[in-house]
Amino acid sequence: MSNWEILWQARDEFWAGFLSTMQIFGLSITGAFLIGCFMLYLLEGRPSGGKLSLRVFIDGMRMLPFLMLAYLLYYGLPTFGIRLDAWWSGVGALAVYHGCYFAEIFRGSRLVFPQGQIEAAEAHGFTRGKMFLRLILPQIVMQTRPLIGNQLIYALKDTAFLVIITVRELTAAANSLSGTYFIPTEAFLVVIGFYWAVSIAMEIIIKQCGRFGAKRGFDHA
Amino acid sequence: MPETTAVSIRQLSKSFADVEVLRDVNLEVAAGDVVTILGASGSGKSTLLRCINWLEQPDRGSIHIAGERIGLDDSGKRMGAKALARVRAKTGMVFQSFNLWPHLNVLHNITEAPIHVMGKPRDEAETHARELLAKVGLSDKAEAYPGTLSGGQKQRVAIARALAMQPEVMLFDEPTSALDPELVGEVLAVIKDLSAEGYTMVIVTHEMSFARAVSNQVVFLDKGLIVERADPESFFDRPSTTRVQRFLENHG
Ligand SMILES: Nc1ncnc2c1ncn2[C@@H]1O[C@H](COP(=O)(O)OP(=O)(O)OP(=O)(O)O)[C@@H](O)[C@H]1O
Ligand SMILES: [Mg+2]
Repeated sequence: MSNWEILWQARDEFWAGFLSTMQIFGLSITGAFLIGCFMLYLLEGRPSGGKLSLRVFIDGMRMLPFLMLAYLLYYGLPTFGIRLDAWWSGVGALAVYHGCYFAEIFRGSRLVFPQGQIEAAEAHGFTRGKMFLRLILPQIVMQTRPLIGNQLIYALKDTAFLVIITVRELTAAANSLSGTYFIPTEAFLVVIGFYWAVSIAMEIIIKQCGRFGAKRGFDHA
Repeated sequence: MPETTAVSIRQLSKSFADVEVLRDVNLEVAAGDVVTILGASGSGKSTLLRCINWLEQPDRGSIHIAGERIGLDDSGKRMGAKALARVRAKTGMVFQSFNLWPHLNVLHNITEAPIHVMGKPRDEAETHARELLAKVGLSDKAEAYPGTLSGGQKQRVAIARALAMQPEVMLFDEPTSALDPELVGEVLAVIKDLSAEGYTMVIVTHEMSFARAVSNQVVFLDKGLIVERADPESFFDRPSTTRVQRFLENHG
């Protein structure tokens, strides 16, 4: 039996790993996006101590290798008596970590948001929350679309780190197959194919979303 | 305060850093009045207009919109955000640089505040918006996005957007200053129509013949002081201060 045949027979394991990766990715990236939006809202308005702490937190996360965060959550917390489920701590860590990246992406775009539009909203009786949700956030998301696409790919790749904290996902499936049959090259090539396929699909979708913004003058491609 | 006073400004003062930009300004705008504010660049015209809807916070004095104080409550404490937004919604503001919301099409720019601030039902807001678009001559642009409009069209949408709030007073800050000369006329024509319909308006402008034609009160600001106020005939034909005489000579 060739190495490829062995892998074909183990296709169910790959598939299960793939589905698990997609679940983790889907859940954590949704959470990350919402966290990023929420952090952006918290950063609205005049500088304050709370906002400064949030900025420090965001920067601290961005400057931390994701692997360290996963280690800390899974191995570090139990020493304080906190024991988290590997799957959920993985999802949570990804969501917070990439949420901070989203916050930073959005913040950059918020910095150059035209003040005139804000004044127009205030003059029309908008309060902060509604103005943010209806006027600021939609434009920021349209404006940062290519960066959002980039971040999706980063987050997808970071799911692979969860193998280290024993989450049964795609990379874990390849790991265990390559260990069992000693066929690391082929096993990992298959996994690379999966990551590429998902990334390319996301790129295409994000690119298509650009039409929505182009109609409104946000893209000039 | 009588119901018919749209805007009442008392003893208004405002400084930026240590520069006093407005000094003890008093101004009454009756319902149906069109007041134009003239003055040299830097004289405080925009600041005065922006104080009326509290985009700038005055240091002293009071402003009432249709009898209701804006910015501070009766005991002089700052209003909460909700209360301030509600009083602000009684004014409609048109900016020099239009400030449309580019992600919304023309119709939705106009219905955005009526629906999400005033809580109007969507169909009612859209019907009203289409009437306003007809009024400003842009019925065919309801589905267009701001980015595809000319400056004059953008400004007419901005006027319709402000009118949709059914404000007690419309505030215009140099509504034609950002426009190519050939587009100025279409915007001024819309504002003239509004004055004929009895809208209350406060207009900062550098268009002298327009100010003369449209207003029933002209206010001249110089270094934050109102140095002359008169009906347009007296103001333009028989200015009583040399400051205004000089200004008019320079502005043909
Ligand atoms: N946010 C601000 N911070 C500091 N100074 C300001 C601010 N806004 C206005 N000023 C100053 O206040 C003065 C009055 O400004 P304002 O914009 O009201 O003048 P204006 O009469 O509208 O002039 P223009 O005809 O050029 O629009 C100017 O000296 C200006 O530099
Ligand atoms: Mg000005």
